[in-house]
Amino acid sequence: MSAMPKVLLIEDDQAVRDGLRIALTYQGHTVDAVGSGEDGLARISGGDVDVVVLDLMLPGMDGFEVCRRIRASGDLPIIMLTARNDDIDVVAGLEAGADDYVAKPAQARVLEARIKAVLRRTGGQRPAGTPKPALERHGKLTIDREGLVVTKDGVPVALAPTELRLLLELSASPGRVQSRQHLLESVWDQGYLGDSRLVDACVQRLRAKIEDDPAAPVYVQTLRGFGYRFGPL
Amino acid sequence: MIGLRTRLLLAFALLSAVTAAAVAGVGYARSRDAIVQRTQDNAVIETTNRIEQLYPLPADPDQDALEKIAGGVSGREGNALVEANGLRAGGLDPSIVTAALREEVDSGRIAWQRVAAGNHTMLVIGSQLRITDDSGVTEPSGITVYVVRGLLPEEEVVHGLARDAWLIGGAGVVMTMVLALLAARSVLRPVRELQRTAQRLGSGDLNARLHVVRGRDELAAVAHTFNQTAESLQHHVGELRRMESDARRFVADVSHELRTPLAAMSAVTDMLDAEAAELPPVAGEAVRLVSRETHNLTRLVNDLIEVTRFDSGTAALALDEIDVADAIRVTLRVRGFGDRVETDLPDGIRAVVDPRRLDVIVANLVGNALRHGAPPVTVTLRTEGDDLVLTVTDAGPGLDPEVLPHVFDRFYKADTARSRSEGSGLGLAIAWENARLHGGALIAGNGAGGGAVFTLRMPRHQPGQVVGVPR
Repeated sequence: MSAMPKVLLIEDDQAVRDGLRIALTYQGHTVDAVGSGEDGLARISGGDVDVVVLDLMLPGMDGFEVCRRIRASGDLPIIMLTARNDDIDVVAGLEAGADDYVAKPAQARVLEARIKAVLRRTGGQRPAGTPKPALERHGKLTIDREGLVVTKDGVPVALAPTELRLLLELSASPGRVQSRQHLLESVWDQGYLGDSRLVDACVQRLRAKIEDDPAAPVYVQTLRGFGYRFGPL
Repeated sequence: MIGLRTRLLLAFALLSAVTAAAVAGVGYARSRDAIVQRTQDNAVIETTNRIEQLYPLPADPDQDALEKIAGGVSGREGNALVEANGLRAGGLDPSIVTAALREEVDSGRIAWQRVAAGNHTMLVIGSQLRITDDSGVTEPSGITVYVVRGLLPEEEVVHGLARDAWLIGGAGVVMTMVLALLAARSVLRPVRELQRTAQRLGSGDLNARLHVVRGRDELAAVAHTFNQTAESLQHHVGELRRMESDARRFVADVSHELRTPLAAMSAVTDMLDAEAAELPPVAGEAVRLVSRETHNLTRLVNDLIEVTRFDSGTAALALDEIDVADAIRVTLRVRGFGDRVETDLPDGIRAVVDPRRLDVIVANLVGNALRHGAPPVTVTLRTEGDDLVLTVTDAGPGLDPEVLPHVFDRFYKADTARSRSEGSGLGLAIAWENARLHGGALIAGNGAGGGAVFTLRMPRHQPGQVVGVPR
């Protein structure tokens, strides 16, 4: 990463907003901190945002709605701030399109690690020493590993960064089952102690975009008790 | 123990039997005596009348005269015995006259005796024939007459009486039993309902009430009292539950309120730690103190929130099938316990658990052993049937028997002198709740060689859970 990314922080509580702004600025980020979802969406449409840190509990338009609107208009990475272990919020937030979440109260280094992970778009997907053609075809899907473009029947598919990385990771070794723990580690930079719901929610969203019938998936298949697998087609 | 119903039936049966026996028995005896007495009297009067018709008596009677007398006194039954001067006449067998009767008759009286002959009873009446001279003095004529009279018709009547007495007595007993059954039912039905309702109440159904409160008898009063007690119990339990839920909600609210300022403070502690080195020593120390205690407070609040989630039942399992030994090794490594713990973790033991909750359990148990026990701390994984069994042992002095029952209590401090320990005071309580959430249990004890032993036992599979299918 040549320049430190620009972070848009959407958090309604003044103290938390200040604390996170100070911490992220100290880490070298350019931080734009706003207090409402409406303000946040306005900044995004102004461009020049690399990652969004989004509180779910917002007055007016809530975090889920903000999340959905950001997702509808682009692939900006979103990290949501949730109440600690609030399972319903976590699941709803992931379904709304968030890439990752951090439970409050969080130390700056935890948030920093998540920001880094979510911005890491490539690397690690391809086993070293086995160069592959940049353009891969899997059924109706074409995956361009260099250009990071996925098309289905020639039509580009708009994937959020985490969805894209999950697809790259799975399709790098078609037919091989990958456990949730492994995927958490390789896609989210989290190990065993990560939340496997991140994987499940992301698989759901990915299927909705690339499968003909998300209820009968062909590309991303579930192996009960083991994990997920790309194909076989 | 004989049931109430049986006792009631027995009491009623006994009572009715005694009553029936007394009433029927006395009635029977009196009727029989009256009948027999009248028969006897009639027979004696009739015999006396017949004897009177024999006068005047022949002096010094011969056999013929005696036969004539016998024919005169023997009635329809035709059996008489006449004796005089060693002579005998009549068709009656002399052996039927007992010595006692003979003696009585010889003393000059009219006497009679009931004698059993075969299945029947006979009445034998005997009399001396006496002669009254002109001066009014009577003297024996030397002729003695015995007449026998069958009692068959009277016997039949008496037998009929006895049969009737038995029949009526038996019917009385049967009717009493029926009445007793009805009475027992009417008493026992409410008693049984009382038992059932009390059981429901005892098993936690505080809405359980008795419905048989008709009437004003003692059972209705008992039912009424029972219902009032249940009402009051329900009220008090409801009140207690409301207070408890208020208290819990208060803790939850406080925890959540604390979280926001803590979120602001936690965000900057890393920066404070980094900058502390640049500050003058005392200021740096103060900054590090604030940072450290912010961290501790955060952990306490997080643990409190976790506990309130267990209390409110909103804690849920996020299940995944994992290799348990792998998961435990990761926990030990991530927490920095790796080099201080001996492990016996066989590979290949797979289980469906919530990996993060298992991590919390293992981290708390091992952390606790390292803090309060003595090395070496050993973590052992085994399977027993469908259960996972994880033991964490240390070589310390073990747990005080007084402490043992409270080890999983919230904020329980074994040593009151010890000030705040490193943990929040909720770690073992949370581990216990996590084990329970998995349908398992966490048990504290002491090993044979001293040292505390914490045993986690939980099923390898969660019933009814589909694993690996994303929502």
